Amino acid sequence: MIIEALIAVTFLAALVVFVAPNAYAAKLAAALSVLPILGSLWMWAAYDASGNALLGGEIAFETDFVWLTVGNLDLHWFVGVDGISLPLVVLTTVLTTLAIVSAWTPISERQSQFYGLMLLMEANLLGVFTALDFFAWFVFWEAVLVPMYFLIGVWGGPNRRYAAIKFFVYTNIASLVMFIGFIALVFGLGDSVSSLRLPEIAQALRADELAGFAGVDAATLKTVAFVAIFLGFAVKVPIAPLHTWLPDAHVEAPTPVSVLLAGVLLKMGTYALLRFNFTMMPDVATALVVPIAGIAVISVIYGAMLALAQEDLKRIVAYSSVSSMGYVILGLVAYTTYGVGGATFQMIAHGLISGLMFMAVGVIYNTTHTRMVGDMSGIADRMPITAGIFVAGAFGYMGLPLMAGFAGEFFIFKGSFASTVHSAMPLFTAAAMFGIVIVAGYLLFAMQRTLFGPFSFDDDYEVTTAPFHDVAPLAVLLLLTIVLGVAPDIFFGMIQDAVNPILTGGGL
Amino acid sequence: MTLDVIALQSATTAAWTALAPAILLGLTGLALLGIDTVWPDEPSNALLAGVAAAGSLVSFGVTGWLLVAGTGQASTGGAISLYGDALVVDGMSLFFTLIFTVVTAMVAVAAYDYLEDHSHRAEFYSLVLFAATGMALMATANSLATVFISLELASLPSYALVAFLKTDRGSVEAGLKYFLIGAVSSAVLAFGISLVYAVTGSLVLGDVAAAIGNPEMAGVLGLGVLMILGGFAFKTASVPFHFWAPEAYEGAPAPISAFLSSASKAAGFAVAFRVFVQAFPLDAVPAGVDWVVAFQVLAVVTMTLGNFAAATQENVKRMLAYSSIGHAGYALIGLAALTAGGPNGDVLGASMAHLLVYGFMNTGAFLFIALVEHWGVGRTFEDYNGLASTAPIAAVAMTVFMFSLAGLPPFGGFLSKYILFYSAIEAGFWWLAAVGAVNSALSLFYYSRVVKAMWIETPVADFEIETRPVGLYAAVIFAGVGTLLLLPGFGPVIETAQTVAATLF
Repeated sequence: MIIEALIAVTFLAALVVFVAPNAYAAKLAAALSVLPILGSLWMWAAYDASGNALLGGEIAFETDFVWLTVGNLDLHWFVGVDGISLPLVVLTTVLTTLAIVSAWTPISERQSQFYGLMLLMEANLLGVFTALDFFAWFVFWEAVLVPMYFLIGVWGGPNRRYAAIKFFVYTNIASLVMFIGFIALVFGLGDSVSSLRLPEIAQALRADELAGFAGVDAATLKTVAFVAIFLGFAVKVPIAPLHTWLPDAHVEAPTPVSVLLAGVLLKMGTYALLRFNFTMMPDVATALVVPIAGIAVISVIYGAMLALAQEDLKRIVAYSSVSSMGYVILGLVAYTTYGVGGATFQMIAHGLISGLMFMAVGVIYNTTHTRMVGDMSGIADRMPITAGIFVAGAFGYMGLPLMAGFAGEFFIFKGSFASTVHSAMPLFTAAAMFGIVIVAGYLLFAMQRTLFGPFSFDDDYEVTTAPFHDVAPLAVLLLLTIVLGVAPDIFFGMIQDAVNPILTGGGL
Repeated sequence: MTLDVIALQSATTAAWTALAPAILLGLTGLALLGIDTVWPDEPSNALLAGVAAAGSLVSFGVTGWLLVAGTGQASTGGAISLYGDALVVDGMSLFFTLIFTVVTAMVAVAAYDYLEDHSHRAEFYSLVLFAATGMALMATANSLATVFISLELASLPSYALVAFLKTDRGSVEAGLKYFLIGAVSSAVLAFGISLVYAVTGSLVLGDVAAAIGNPEMAGVLGLGVLMILGGFAFKTASVPFHFWAPEAYEGAPAPISAFLSSASKAAGFAVAFRVFVQAFPLDAVPAGVDWVVAFQVLAVVTMTLGNFAAATQENVKRMLAYSSIGHAGYALIGLAALTAGGPNGDVLGASMAHLLVYGFMNTGAFLFIALVEHWGVGRTFEDYNGLASTAPIAAVAMTVFMFSLAGLPPFGGFLSKYILFYSAIEAGFWWLAAVGAVNSALSLFYYSRVVKAMWIETPVADFEIETRPVGLYAAVIFAGVGTLLLLPGFGPVIETAQTVAATLF
């Protein structure tokens, strides 16, 4: 029942904050959001599962009962975590609290609604990562969009309406495509499944129980459904060329919302890809390895090139997320313990580091009111601590050893280079590695121009040290990044345990 | 016949109790008129609203109790037939009565604030209650004669209610238009009934079904069936008899728009379901009289036309009116996806469950409009700009209604639509479900415009909200909570609906 309690407490917190007076909302939200952190840490400490939740492994904190019956299918309330989802649950709770604290400075209007929506989003995100029944999962999956739409649309920048609508429409159409693909699979499975529980469907699909549906034979149905589901999630990840909503959403969203968007919402896409496409249909995934690895490499290189061309610090970080998510896809398609495990680890690492980068940009923006690289120089002179953390975070992004980003990328490269799913995998890996060079290029270039050199700033704002509550979340994130880089086994052990049953044919 | 005997043996006592919901509604209407007679110079608004709401809530409670107790259902000996088969009380009639009574209660509570500055309040409440009585009888009508009479009982008060704001040109015009189209469609219905009677020699649904396999007169029968279908299309605001709906919903007082678009539409479906399934069963009708095809065409055209027309509106109330036509199209899937021997109970039950959820979300949306009209805010999307900052609670409720109507997952409307489309696929009509799903996705466009206006846009003009009308707020919040709770609590609803629907076949 701990998962229900976790979600319920977060929902209640959202409700309380929503009706609280604006003056207290910020502090109240931060205080209440500590409760889910405690819950998730307790879950981590008491975690006792093994194997993959979808493939017959033992599920931790499981509850399962019938919610309602449709025709001959039962819809269940079925939640639980395994080694893949638990780290994401912890990431969600920690990052939400830090994002809430980082919102104290920039958010000055309608605070209670803002913080209420942040907590509401957290509750739904927790649902996404813990639900193991397709229906319950889909409800949470879509429910995440609603608060996000408002958070961008109400508190965003000058072009917020366009960005909010674009985000909403892109991701909703993607969900519809994915939904149709999945339901076609369920109809194809016919009587071999009696509910929409993901484990049941995953096992039936892996046992080749798929039959044709509506005049389409099983093999075609599976491939078409795989592509539909893949495209649906690819928008969320996002994978080039379906990424165009992301820069708009990030640039317009207020900093704390960007933190959650990059830190957790993008992971919904990769998490779902892993759970659905790569766990349920490994045969199609390995058959389509060339196109998938191809777009992964394109995302890496193209995303990095786009980041290189930006003048807006936030856009730089936003595009670099496209690049980082490309690595995750490459790791997933490798089907090796280090590839898939590394991809899962990279989700956490990227969640922390991209959150750190967005927050650092936000802290600088709070005092300078600009994010344009050309508008400022020598910021380190006035904001030494923020600049220091910014530099450390950027090095984490570039993959400095002993930081989480290094561990994630190293695992992925190790896994994908050794992969035997296709003879060209080493080539794809080698091509993707060039992404790191470009990342180093644009981050160093941007830092050199904004942080270092003689101080100059065109506007009248006084550039001074950031307040403590702005810097504290940055420091916490940096600390977590280093801790996870030094001791990746905090999560990597359970991740590997959970991904090993997925692997077929990839070798080690 | 044995069933009838069993029913009759216990009927002497059971008859009254089984019809109690309709009787209670009728008595409440009479009581309201009585109050008006005792205090002829404007009786207290609170008293009238209280009596009307209490009457419909008691009726709601009794209906719920009867439904749970299994009255008229398989567990207690099947449908209870009354007055020589003219009326029948079964699970379906009780399920629909549940919708009518809860909507009536919400409308009565909301009307308390809406009617504050109006005269003739007692007439208003009693007409609402009489219309509700007619609807409850429509759900029980088991003979084409009672179908016609109860349909008129529901319609005639509605005409007067639409034209209630008699100094307002829009309201009067709407009432006239509604009345004229209603009169025409009543005539068409009556003519259709007479043709069916000519072929089968009976008006009782069961006898019609028994006599229907007469191939000589298939042409006349087909014409009769088509005309009856036209009569129901009027009541459910389906294409091609939908022209009255946008004007009537826009011109009528907003609580009445809520009442007509939720309860009255559901009543139309109740009677259509029973008449078509029981009087013209698919395995008995002659080959030429394939009414399922007619409903398929109607469903597709109705949902597409409703949605596209709604997308082009600038006036929120009118947009809701067209969206209500679109939802009639979804509900028509319940009849359009029937096959001889298919999972018919599932399809029809899913449609009934959708109408119940729709009763909450659509009533809530129209009552929110009533609230906005009460404040004197304009009617277009732009006029709604920034409402969320002045009235956040009501705006949250409206957001729930809009997203639920659009079928977004966290709300009741998603589940009911999903199950409706799912059962259509199960019955083999995947293309019907596909048209429905595409329309549903399109509908997000115009529903989200309302949400965007309320939350994201900045207000064009300053407006002060002076009052927080208790009744309207209570009704809107009640509908919102209902819409939310119907997501986790949908299990018993859909199970009941599909079980009672299955007994019709």
